[in-house]
Amino acid sequence: MAELNTGGKKATPRVDMTPMVDLMFLLVTFFILTTTISTPQAMDIVKPDKDENLKDNKLELKASKTMTILLGKKDKVAWYMGVAGESAPTIESLDQVDKSIIDNRKKADASGVSGDFVVLVKPTTGSTFRNFVDIMDELEILKVKVRQIDDENILDNEKQAMKQQGIL
Amino acid sequence: MPRIKVKRTSTVTDMTAMCDVASLLLTFFILTATARQPEPLTVNTPSSTYEFKVPAENNAILTIGQGKVFFEVAGNKVRERTLELMGEQYKIDFSPLEKQRFSVIGTFGVPLANLKSFIAMSGSDRMKPGVQTGIPTDSTDNQLNSWVLNARKANAEINSQQMRVSIKGDANEEYPVVKKIIDVLQKQKVNKFLLVTNAEAKKK
Repeated sequence: MAELNTGGKKATPRVDMTPMVDLMFLLVTFFILTTTISTPQAMDIVKPDKDENLKDNKLELKASKTMTILLGKKDKVAWYMGVAGESAPTIESLDQVDKSIIDNRKKADASGVSGDFVVLVKPTTGSTFRNFVDIMDELEILKVKVRQIDDENILDNEKQAMKQQGIL
Repeated sequence: MPRIKVKRTSTVTDMTAMCDVASLLLTFFILTATARQPEPLTVNTPSSTYEFKVPAENNAILTIGQGKVFFEVAGNKVRERTLELMGEQYKIDFSPLEKQRFSVIGTFGVPLANLKSFIAMSGSDRMKPGVQTGIPTDSTDNQLNSWVLNARKANAEINSQQMRVSIKGDANEEYPVVKKIIDVLQKQKVNKFLLVTNAEAKKK
């Protein structure tokens, strides 16, 4: 009969675990990374109530401390200070508007008029959801406390100015 | 001369213990990870620096993309009760089995008329393109309004808490489409929303 145990020595039952451990840690890392990244974040948004009958539903704003930002096509914005039509809106790219916000806030704070610096965001029909989220995020980063969203009352002269610049 | 024998220690370490720890961790992470629900409508959410997690309870998510709206409310019990209330409102009788099947469906977007046949479908059939056409939001047949209203009622009954409404919009969706949905909610005096976004590193 053939001898099974050809070598005299007994083979050790030890298995090299290194590749297995490598694989395990790879999977662990994968699970750790995917579980934390996939939790979506949320942005808190409050829109003004539409009920006209409510008292105190209209907010008085100081013209010199109000900045209106119109969101238009092609990731462009048009902004102006104060009352619509008094000064021509400045057309800017959305990712550059943060500097203008900081400048305008500084000027408004230096003017000595009482009240908070207010930013009025008006998303028009040309803008995308991303533009809207971006500008709200920018205001949060810059800590602009008083911000209003108004997508109802986009004035005719605002529309006209935007059309001239080709962003509506 | 006597030979000095240097005892060589082996460089092989016992990996068994390390392997045990790794598999323990792996098991833990697999079990705690929530399985991602297949989404009938994939949307690319915009990113923001907000650090606020989307609540897992007391929450309804409206997914907006490609001009369509899909709806999901958190919690199986709330879902069942929402369907019951919808049935009462639209005079459709849902059997207990249908309610039970509906309670495990996540995001969906079918008109009420097709809801019964939709519930009867298998999970993979539901995901086929063309099956889910979105929830009607026209002013004549505003089913989205009813869904949100009934989900709020159901959530108040079961969890006795206010339901939040989250909007998960595609980044490239045009603003008027989103506005239309927000207007529906504002008619119900829901003026606070959560916009679902991706996390983004803070700028300095």
